[in-house]
Amino acid sequence: MASVLEVQNLQVSYWSHQRRSRPVLSGVSFDLMPGEILGVLGESGSGKSTLAASVLRLLPPNGHIGGGAVLFEGKNLMQANFGELRQIRGARVALIFQEPSLALHPTIRVGEQVRQVLAAHQQSRKLYLKERTREVFSQLFPQGPDRIMRSYPHQLSGGQRQRALIAQAIACNPTVLIADEPTAALDPVTQMEILGVFRELREKLGLALILITHNPALLNGFADRILVLYAGQVIEWGPAETLLRSPKHPYTKALLELLPEVSAATERNRRSSLPVIPGNSSPSSLPRKGCAFEPRCSVRMDACKELEPPLVTLGKTHLVSCFKYKE
Amino acid sequence: MEPILKVENLVKRYAKRNLVGASQDFLALDGVSFTLTPGTTLAIVGESGSGKSTLASCIACLEPPSSGNLWFEGRNLAQSAERDLRDIRPKIQLIFPDPASSLNPRWNILDIVVEPLSLQLRFSRKERDLRAFVLLERVGLSADMAGRSAAELSGGQRQRLAIARALTLDPKILILDEALSALDCSVQAQIANLLLELQSAQGMTFLFITHDLAMAAHLADEIAVMSQGRIVEHAPSKKILRSPAHDATRQLLAAVPHLPHKPGPAIQP
Repeated sequence: MASVLEVQNLQVSYWSHQRRSRPVLSGVSFDLMPGEILGVLGESGSGKSTLAASVLRLLPPNGHIGGGAVLFEGKNLMQANFGELRQIRGARVALIFQEPSLALHPTIRVGEQVRQVLAAHQQSRKLYLKERTREVFSQLFPQGPDRIMRSYPHQLSGGQRQRALIAQAIACNPTVLIADEPTAALDPVTQMEILGVFRELREKLGLALILITHNPALLNGFADRILVLYAGQVIEWGPAETLLRSPKHPYTKALLELLPEVSAATERNRRSSLPVIPGNSSPSSLPRKGCAFEPRCSVRMDACKELEPPLVTLGKTHLVSCFKYKE
Repeated sequence: MEPILKVENLVKRYAKRNLVGASQDFLALDGVSFTLTPGTTLAIVGESGSGKSTLASCIACLEPPSSGNLWFEGRNLAQSAERDLRDIRPKIQLIFPDPASSLNPRWNILDIVVEPLSLQLRFSRKERDLRAFVLLERVGLSADMAGRSAAELSGGQRQRLAIARALTLDPKILILDEALSALDCSVQAQIANLLLELQSAQGMTFLFITHDLAMAAHLADEIAVMSQGRIVEHAPSKKILRSPAHDATRQLLAAVPHLPHKPGPAIQP
C-alpha cells in the first residue's frame, strides 16, 4: 500500500538572535499509511511541534528548512508553490493545535468559524456552505449541533472547544490530520472522549492521524505505530504494541519506567521516589558529536561519544538508533 | 494527630449575570469539609470545573469564601480581617500550574526568591541572599545560577524556582495547583521526587490539586474526589484505588491512560 505522507530526511533549523543557526530537526524520516494513527512521542525541545509545522511549511520567520522532502500523495510539498500549498493546507492536511482556547477566535461564533474555512477552500453556494457546516457539527455534537454553532468559544467547555476545532479541521474532508498535544489542557475523562472522537473519525472517514504528545500512556491502545523523537532525531520507530511493551532505546526504556502507575501504588513503592533520567533534555546549541542521548544514558559505551548511531531494523518493522543493537 | 487545617462546610458563590443583567448564583463550592493532618499529602482530584482551583484560592486566602469555616492555627480564616490574613498568607503558599507565567521572566533568579522576604521586611539584605542560596540548592538549582533570568530556565527548572520561592517564608502548607501537569513526564518525576524529599525532611503538608490520578496515587496519603463543587468521596489513596465508591471516582479511574506493562487499576465492583 502506498503511503499518504512521507517525510524524508527533513532538516529544520532556527536562527537565533546572534544569527547562529540551531538545528531542531536533523534528518527525520517516516511515512504514514492511509487510515493509520501515528503517535509522535517527544519531550519539550525534541522538535515535535516543529515537525508538525514544517510538514505544511508553516514555520515562524526564523525557521529554515535545510533539506529533505515531504511527499503528500506523491507531491513534494517542499517544492510546491504558494498556490498549491494553499489548496493543501487545512483542506487535505489539517492541523489541530494545543490550546483550544487560543486557536479559536474569541468574538466569532464557532459555526461561522467553520463556515469560513469551508468558504476559503471551496467556492460554493451559500446554501451548501451552511448545510456542510451543520453536517460537520452534527458529526461532532450529535446531541445538539445548532446550539453549539451559535455559541462563542467562551461559552463552551474545554472539551467542546476541542471538538469545535476538530470540526474546523475535518470540514474540508482532509486525508491527514496532524494534532499537536490536542488533549494536554483537558482532564482525563474529556481526554478519553476526544481520543474516542479521533478513533471514530478514522473509522468513518478513513483519516490518517499524526498525534503528537509527551505522554506515552496516551498512545497505548490508540496509536498503530509510534515514532520517538529525541533532540530532533528519530531514535525509535515501531509498532505501538511492541514499542510500549519492549522498548529498545535506553531513552524510551527510561521514559516508560518513570511513569507512576495507578495499580502498583496500592501494593508497593508508594512514596518511594520515581526513577529519573539524570540531566535535562534541552539540547545544547553547540555542535556535538556522537549520540544525542549519550550524556544522560545509563548504558553508554565509548563509541557513543564519537559516532552517531545509525537506525537499525529489528524484526522488520522496529527501528532503533543505538549501538547496543545490530541488524 | 491534631489537624493543621480544618475546612467546614465551605461555600463559594459566584454571581453570574446574563445579558439583561439578572444575576444567577453559581455554586463553585457547595459545602466542602475535610481536615488536613500535618506532614501528610491530600490530593484533590476531579474533572475541570469541579471547583478544585476555587478551593485552593479560598484556602490560600486569595478569595473569601461565601460561607463556612476555615480553621488554621486556632483562627477562622473565613472570618478574619484583612490585617490578620497578611500574617496567615505566608504560612499557606500556592504553586501555580504554569511556571512560565507565574515568574517574571526579566527578573533574575535571586531577586525572585528574595522578593517574599523583602516584602515581609525580614532579615538584612545579606541574610536574605544567604537564605535564598540555601533554598536554591535545596530545590536542586545551583547557587551560581542566581544571576540568570527566569526566561533562561527550562520548564522543570522554573517549577523548581517557583517551589524555592514558595518555601522562603517557611510555609506550613503548600498548595500545589496542577503544579506538575504542564511539565514533561521525565521532569514530572524529578519534581515529584523533590516534593517527597521536602516532605520527609521538613514534615511539610501538601494539598496536591490535580487531574492526574496516577500521580495523586503516588504522592498522596489520602485522595478527595470533587464533582460539581462537592467532595463526593474522601478516603486513603489505597482504598480509593481498590474500591472506588462513587461514580465520579470510577469514571476518573477508568480514564487514566496506562501502559501495557503497568496495567490500570483493578476496579472491584
